[in-house]
Amino acid sequence: MAERYYTETHEWVTVDDAVATIGITDFAQAQLGDVVFLELPRVGRLLEAGDTFGVVESVKAASDLYSPVPGTVIEVNESLNTHPEQVNKDPLGSGWLIRVRLNGDLSQSLLDEAGYAALTEAQAH
Amino acid sequence: MTEPLSFEKSRSALPPPRLPQAGVQTDAQLPEEHRRRRPPALPRLSEAEIMRHYSRLASMNYSISEQFYPLGSCTMKYNPVANEEAARLPGFAGLHPYQDEETAQGALELMWRLERALCSVVGVDRITLQPAAGAHAEWTALRMIQAYHRARGEDRTEVIVPDAAHGTNPASAVLCGFKVVEVRSGADGRVDTADLEAKLSNRVAALMLTNPNTLGLFEREIAEMAEMVHATGAKLYYDGANLNALMGVCRPGDMGFDAVHLNLHKTFTTPHGGGGPGAGPVGVKTDLVPFLPRPTVECDDGAFRLDHDRPQSIGRVRSFYGNFGMLVRAFTYVLAMGGDGLTQASRDAILAANYLRHRLEGVLDLPHEGPCMHEFVASARNLGPHGIKALDVAKGLLERGYYAPTVYFPLIVPEAVMIEPTETESRATLDAFADTVQAIVELARRSPEDLRAEPRSLPVGRLDEVAAARNPVLRWRPNGRDATASSPHEPVRSDTVNDRG
Amino acid sequence: MPYLVHSTEDREAMLEALGVATMDDLLVDIPPHLRVDGIDLEPGLSEFETMARVRALAGRNRVFEDRLWFRGGGVYQRFVPAAVSAVTSKPEFYTAYTPYQPEASQGTLQAIFEFQTLIAELTAMDVANASLYDGATALAEAAMMAVVETGRRHVVVAGCLHPEYADVLRCYGDGRGFDLRVGLEHVGSDTAAIVYQQPSFLGLLEDAAGLTELAHRHGALGIACVDPISLGMLAPPGEQGADIAVGEGQQLGLAASYGGPHVGFIACRKELMRRLPGRLVGEGHDDLGRRGFVLTLTAREQHIRRARATSNICTNHSLCALAASVYLTYMGPDGLRQVAEVSYQRAHALAERLAAIPGFELPFPDRQFLNEFPVRMFHVEHHLARLRAAGILGGLPVGPMFPDRPDLEDVAIFCCTEVNDPAALDLLVEVLTASAASVNTRSGAR
Repeated sequence: MAERYYTETHEWVTVDDAVATIGITDFAQAQLGDVVFLELPRVGRLLEAGDTFGVVESVKAASDLYSPVPGTVIEVNESLNTHPEQVNKDPLGSGWLIRVRLNGDLSQSLLDEAGYAALTEAQAH
Repeated sequence: MTEPLSFEKSRSALPPPRLPQAGVQTDAQLPEEHRRRRPPALPRLSEAEIMRHYSRLASMNYSISEQFYPLGSCTMKYNPVANEEAARLPGFAGLHPYQDEETAQGALELMWRLERALCSVVGVDRITLQPAAGAHAEWTALRMIQAYHRARGEDRTEVIVPDAAHGTNPASAVLCGFKVVEVRSGADGRVDTADLEAKLSNRVAALMLTNPNTLGLFEREIAEMAEMVHATGAKLYYDGANLNALMGVCRPGDMGFDAVHLNLHKTFTTPHGGGGPGAGPVGVKTDLVPFLPRPTVECDDGAFRLDHDRPQSIGRVRSFYGNFGMLVRAFTYVLAMGGDGLTQASRDAILAANYLRHRLEGVLDLPHEGPCMHEFVASARNLGPHGIKALDVAKGLLERGYYAPTVYFPLIVPEAVMIEPTETESRATLDAFADTVQAIVELARRSPEDLRAEPRSLPVGRLDEVAAARNPVLRWRPNGRDATASSPHEPVRSDTVNDRG
Repeated sequence: MPYLVHSTEDREAMLEALGVATMDDLLVDIPPHLRVDGIDLEPGLSEFETMARVRALAGRNRVFEDRLWFRGGGVYQRFVPAAVSAVTSKPEFYTAYTPYQPEASQGTLQAIFEFQTLIAELTAMDVANASLYDGATALAEAAMMAVVETGRRHVVVAGCLHPEYADVLRCYGDGRGFDLRVGLEHVGSDTAAIVYQQPSFLGLLEDAAGLTELAHRHGALGIACVDPISLGMLAPPGEQGADIAVGEGQQLGLAASYGGPHVGFIACRKELMRRLPGRLVGEGHDDLGRRGFVLTLTAREQHIRRARATSNICTNHSLCALAASVYLTYMGPDGLRQVAEVSYQRAHALAERLAAIPGFELPFPDRQFLNEFPVRMFHVEHHLARLRAAGILGGLPVGPMFPDRPDLEDVAIFCCTEVNDPAALDLLVEVLTASAASVNTRSGAR
């Protein structure tokens, strides 16, 4: 299984054969509460690392989504249109958001499992 | 108790109300291509059914006429009934906005006098009465400040807003094309002036402030902050949400504010109407006067007129001259209260808030030191160990016949419970309310699950807001389908229209 | 003092409970140099004296008899059923706050849900919001929706838009960063929306279907600004391909009141639902399965999304929306159609009679209209003064509003509604005929 990397804005990314799958972390979904809506990009959109690619909304909050990687959006998780709760139930699995064909390297600033754990540990206090 | 929708009660066989017939001769007919194909599915109800329907709906509302409404930052004070009578006078309600000025002298004089009176209260040079509400007023003020900088050849792109500010502040700034820069609140609940200093630059167009701030605390260093802001060429904007603390006590204009907005629907007793209409006049100092929306009301030798010839004006922010009916109400209130009454009102509002705050010491957390001004922010975080949140306290108050305080605002206080009693509540009401909060807190400790099940005796219990937002149903449909499931572009057979059961 | 509740003893007891001696001890955070002592205003008055002053001001305005209003231009005299003010003067409605706590606000919430449905039905759009300030700001909000949706920065006005609405659009555009361009020659790949008023400010009908089609051909949105009463008979925006419909609801049971408060409405296709400004009420259920109503999709709004909100609007015009709901429910589809048809017939009968007066003409004889229409009458101010002297609020002179349109010089727009009975029409025609004769005689003698 591909290794998972994280951003400081609580997105995760896994890369498999130059295709990145992007979602939000379990910590992020817990902070947001029940997700009610996601605004996701159109297929074909070109993203730089750090670009906003959408918005996730709960009843009480709205949060921008930032791309961890550069590339072109090739797939959007359409099932979230009708079942946004998948982001809460399975954020690392069926609650993934978009797939991106990479056109550059992974940023050095991405966090690994341990780095992200340290970040959330700090923010939880 | 629930009440069916008017649409669900509609009876297709009911004849329409009796209305005038044309009684004129003409052969004119609207051509077919302009005719409506499918009539709107408006309900058909008799007048008796309509009155009963809305009477039942009315009985499902809490209102300031029946309940204590300690809704922080909203200044829910008693709405004098004389104001309503004044606004309904045919001499006001029956005026067309495009009547010749000679036939509307009383209306123009009222606006002129109201402007002068409000100028005295807040300490500014001129006021526009046009904006319809607080957020509209914020935006109007920022547009004037933007025009002022542009007229000086400066393109200032940032607006500074405190982290405790009302959400309309950043939203209004963005609507004017500004970038929002947040300034931190310090541990004492006031603007961190060091952070402000760091955020100020010649890119900054304005600092937006409320004083007293959203925690109900007076910004002691306001004069120093004004000096810092003005030194960079920026303007200082006063959000009037909390003006009820200051009438006859101190004036935003004297503190250094260049633009000041007032909510007539808070401080000046125009009723809130379940969400409006309000009125949000904006006052300005001399520098900004040329940029006021047009028209202004002027007086030449006792004759009042509208002045449209204002070349530097930002233009119009809405149609006509403002929510005139609300201006009549506020003017009536100002006449009745006078300078002495308004001053006493603010002092009583401050006294009531401090008294209630004192009564809640040890009941809820009070994260900031007093004294407070006209409101204060408590926190329900002391009930966290019992699994009780601010929301549960709010619902417990509803169950016991009080409207709830503002909860979860400002964002910088966890489990915030923001309480504003106003000057029109008696000491007995304040005591009874404090006792009720105490009873709720005791219930929270004793059996939190019971509190979490409240309210039980209102028309509905807690609604599943998550489900409502995931599958939004924003309208009734003749065939029961929701807004997201149908399109108006699909053909509708006209014979289905009257078949509404 | 009026409306204040404490006795001196109450105040002293409260100060004592706080452990302070005087009110000044509670004001210690205010720097002394900023303190003032009172307000430079005269002392308060008794209710009797207050109302006498207010009545005196009201008495200095001239109120024209309802049936003698022939002036519109965005605000109209209509029959208002007594049920409207009977409902809106219920204190449970007019003294409630924005319905943040749904359990204690079901009355307001359900009334707004009904308003949203009524407006969606009337405009034949998918979804409507809880109300906006007025027609002009509703149009500005619609334009901003289009700018965000399309990522384009030009808004094109087709036909004759209310000049104040155009001013408001410009004022919002100057801040938000979009331009207003007047005339279809400006439509192109950078157009966010085509805006049209139906009927136009002059009262004339536009080719609405053609305009929305043109907008869509260029990837722009079609925004219709409509007259809600007209929709009793006229093809609604939803039947003509509009993406957003807005309008002014004053005619739906609200007094003219020198221009406000009235109510703006906005409705759109479901695809644009999440770009709508302001409050939306949705259906929800409690744990016992009971239906209730609640503010929903709030993550669009300023109190959550702050700088990224769809709009800054917070307080809207809820009570005016309630008036509109009562009005539309009273009328029903047939009543509304009858009001629209009666207004149409009277206006056409009047137009024919005015056109027959020597020296008067209809400047756009080939254009269709509903109940408001332009008349060219040389010496327009003279005629309007004669009407005023006869107690009639005559048509609105539009020449000064459009200095760059010589074809509108000497033009006034007249309107008719169900309140202008046939005798009122006769009187208007009689006064204008005499006025025209006097002008013609004088010109002939010259």
